[in-house]
Amino acid sequence: MKHTVVALVEDKPGVLNRVASLFRRRGFNIDSLAVGTTHEAGVSRMTIVVEGNENIADQLEKQLFKLIDVIKVENFTNQNAIMRELALIKVKASTNNRREILDILEVFRAQPIDLSTASLVIQIVAHRDTIDALIENLSRFGILEMVRTGRIAMRRGYTTTTDEVLDENDDYSSNFHSQLGRLSNGNFPFVSD
Amino acid sequence: MIGADIVLESLKKAKIDTLFGYPGGVVLPLYDRFPFHKEIKHILVRHEQAAGHAADAYARVSGKIGVALATSGPGATNLVTAVQNAMMDSIPTLFITGNVARNLIGKDGFQEADATGIFMPTVKHNYLVTHASDLAPTFAEAIHIATTGRPGPVHIDIPKDVFLEEAEFNWPKEINLRGYKIDKNLNTDAISEASNLINQSEKPIIFAGHGIIISNTHKLLQKLAEKADIPVITTLLGIGSMPTSHELHYGWMGMHGSYYANHAASSADTIIALGMRMDDRALGRFADLNPNAKIVHIDIDPAEHDKNLKATVPVVGNLSDILPAITNEIDETNHAEWINWINDLKKNHSDSMSIPDTSELSVQFVVNQIAKENKKNKLVVVTGVGQHQMWAAQHMDISEPRQLVTSGGLGTMGFEVPAALGAQVADPKSTVWSICGDGGFQMTFQELATIVDEKLPIKFAIMNNGFLGMVRQWQELFYQQNLVDVNMSQPDFLKIAEAYGIQGIEVTKKDQVIEAIQKANSINGPVLIDFRVETDGNVWPMVPAGAALNETVESAKEL
Ligand SMILES: Cc1ncc(C[n+]2csc(CCOP(=O)(O)OP(=O)(O)O)c2C)c(N)n1
Ligand SMILES: [Mg+2]
Repeated sequence: MKHTVVALVEDKPGVLNRVASLFRRRGFNIDSLAVGTTHEAGVSRMTIVVEGNENIADQLEKQLFKLIDVIKVENFTNQNAIMRELALIKVKASTNNRREILDILEVFRAQPIDLSTASLVIQIVAHRDTIDALIENLSRFGILEMVRTGRIAMRRGYTTTTDEVLDENDDYSSNFHSQLGRLSNGNFPFVSD
Repeated sequence: MIGADIVLESLKKAKIDTLFGYPGGVVLPLYDRFPFHKEIKHILVRHEQAAGHAADAYARVSGKIGVALATSGPGATNLVTAVQNAMMDSIPTLFITGNVARNLIGKDGFQEADATGIFMPTVKHNYLVTHASDLAPTFAEAIHIATTGRPGPVHIDIPKDVFLEEAEFNWPKEINLRGYKIDKNLNTDAISEASNLINQSEKPIIFAGHGIIISNTHKLLQKLAEKADIPVITTLLGIGSMPTSHELHYGWMGMHGSYYANHAASSADTIIALGMRMDDRALGRFADLNPNAKIVHIDIDPAEHDKNLKATVPVVGNLSDILPAITNEIDETNHAEWINWINDLKKNHSDSMSIPDTSELSVQFVVNQIAKENKKNKLVVVTGVGQHQMWAAQHMDISEPRQLVTSGGLGTMGFEVPAALGAQVADPKSTVWSICGDGGFQMTFQELATIVDEKLPIKFAIMNNGFLGMVRQWQELFYQQNLVDVNMSQPDFLKIAEAYGIQGIEVTKKDQVIEAIQKANSINGPVLIDFRVETDGNVWPMVPAGAALNETVESAKEL
């Protein structure tokens, strides 16, 4: 079974390294990992999709939370949540079959975003299953290239994953943490050993 | 002030007065300032690994944080074994390394190693400090993280020019880490549930882990055990959490634990596991440890719950809060029938773990005599890894917490020499005996020089069996006696002692043992005793790798 886990982390050097290293070392089978900023300075958000049973998801959550730079972990699997991925798909498309492809896109609420005489680039934002189904429908035309992002997720309704942790956030420490370990570009006096 | 002074002021602020270290190019700005901070004593080791193990043992014995310092590149990589050793055994330690100057980071300059990257998976947390103004808050935070919750190693990597940069000494008033909060609230529901399970049990048993010693809760453990009449067995690192003379103490469990402890663990109806991480060396094959038992697992690290073994009731928190709460809720009872059953086992299955009654010089006999001859001293036992370690744990009657210093989780040969150094520095009044393997001793004995420099009266007892004994045992038992690369030619250990200016004593016969130990104790300085022990002894009982605890065998015939 696939679990979707969201982690709020300190936005500072090495965090991705720590998280990735943890997954590798403990043998977690990661389907996707999406990292981005949040509306709060100094806090990044990771969405992790992991394959495994309840136990594995439980261990992953606990091990993640053990990292000092991880502020909060939430399992979205059994939550009422929006889950989305983005895919760009380049398919072979001639003037003969272009209409047929566009009809398919309509069904999946995908958009054509680039065109050449022999190809079409399609963008879709949807749940993974929907994207998979679209790909299957397009495969007979010949897929030239494809790129997909990892999943991102958000609770439905008014509540958020971020509010409880960010309320007690004090500026000094969050600023300290987001600057810590960053090398500014050059300009240091040259000191050799 | 400059970064180097901030580092040393930070240590002082945290009441750290001892560092084990080794200099090199990028940490020279720091060494340059030592003379201006006389409150801090720097102990110059002969290899960075030793600095790490010494800091580790210092922490184990004193309960305070241990600090090791190394230069960039090879200095940092030499520390790695010691860092992982501290990580596996949850030892509060601070590892400081220098790194190349900021403008050289990532350029593969002379003696650059990605210490931050290398240490990352081996530490509780680590830092690369890129501005001198970040040094004080970083040290405050690092020391807080290393010493609170489940303790562990923290690493701080400092580029050379940060040591030289000017900044204010801005020690923070409080530490606020949004990703690291110690939850002080007691989970009263879990505590009640655990207490109910204990009250309902007819055959309860306590597993006392290293957590008891780390949290200084050995007295609370005894109270709990006594109130509900629950037998206690310990893990290897839990040894010392209960006096061996206590009537509820039933030895330690695991691969070379006692037969009765292992069988009691497998036959109990309720297991109360305290401050332990459910390791395979302690518990054997998890699936068959005791499938029917209810398990109460109390640990400060929630990630240990259900990691290896599913707990019926997991309780997260500090043992010093939880043990009194549970003791309060459980009934005063007795479990005479269950305890008699274990006592019968103990009566009928102690031979395999007894001291061989032969004329040959056995390790069991030697270590037991060392313990006996030091009854009146404040003895600290340090060991290496291998057969001698197991025999020391079996026969040295360790009854005080922090009395046994041994590498449990990582099983690091060579720990015995530098760890003895750290132990003696931590407690100058104690009598430190280092039980060394002839193999392990050869990995780190360069530290004899440090020990002589520091005038530390450590007694080294080399169990010279001419073999990598534990490996020989495995080859003999599980590889059809195909002995490959386990028989070593040995140096003349007495000459090594002499070379370092240390008193050496050779013991070849049983009747020389007591005299040699007494002589060593009477010498006010380091002593090395070369015990020429029998070469073919095997450690029993044994849980073969992959077997369950109730498959403990007592001799090779049973395999
Ligand atoms: C650094 C390291 N390398 C290898 C091992 C594997 N190992 C475990 S016990 C052992 C033999 C130890 O020999 P010795 O120190 O002479 O102790 P003995 O078993 O003979 O008492 C070895 C090689 C280890 N534990 N640590
Ligand atoms: Mg040996």
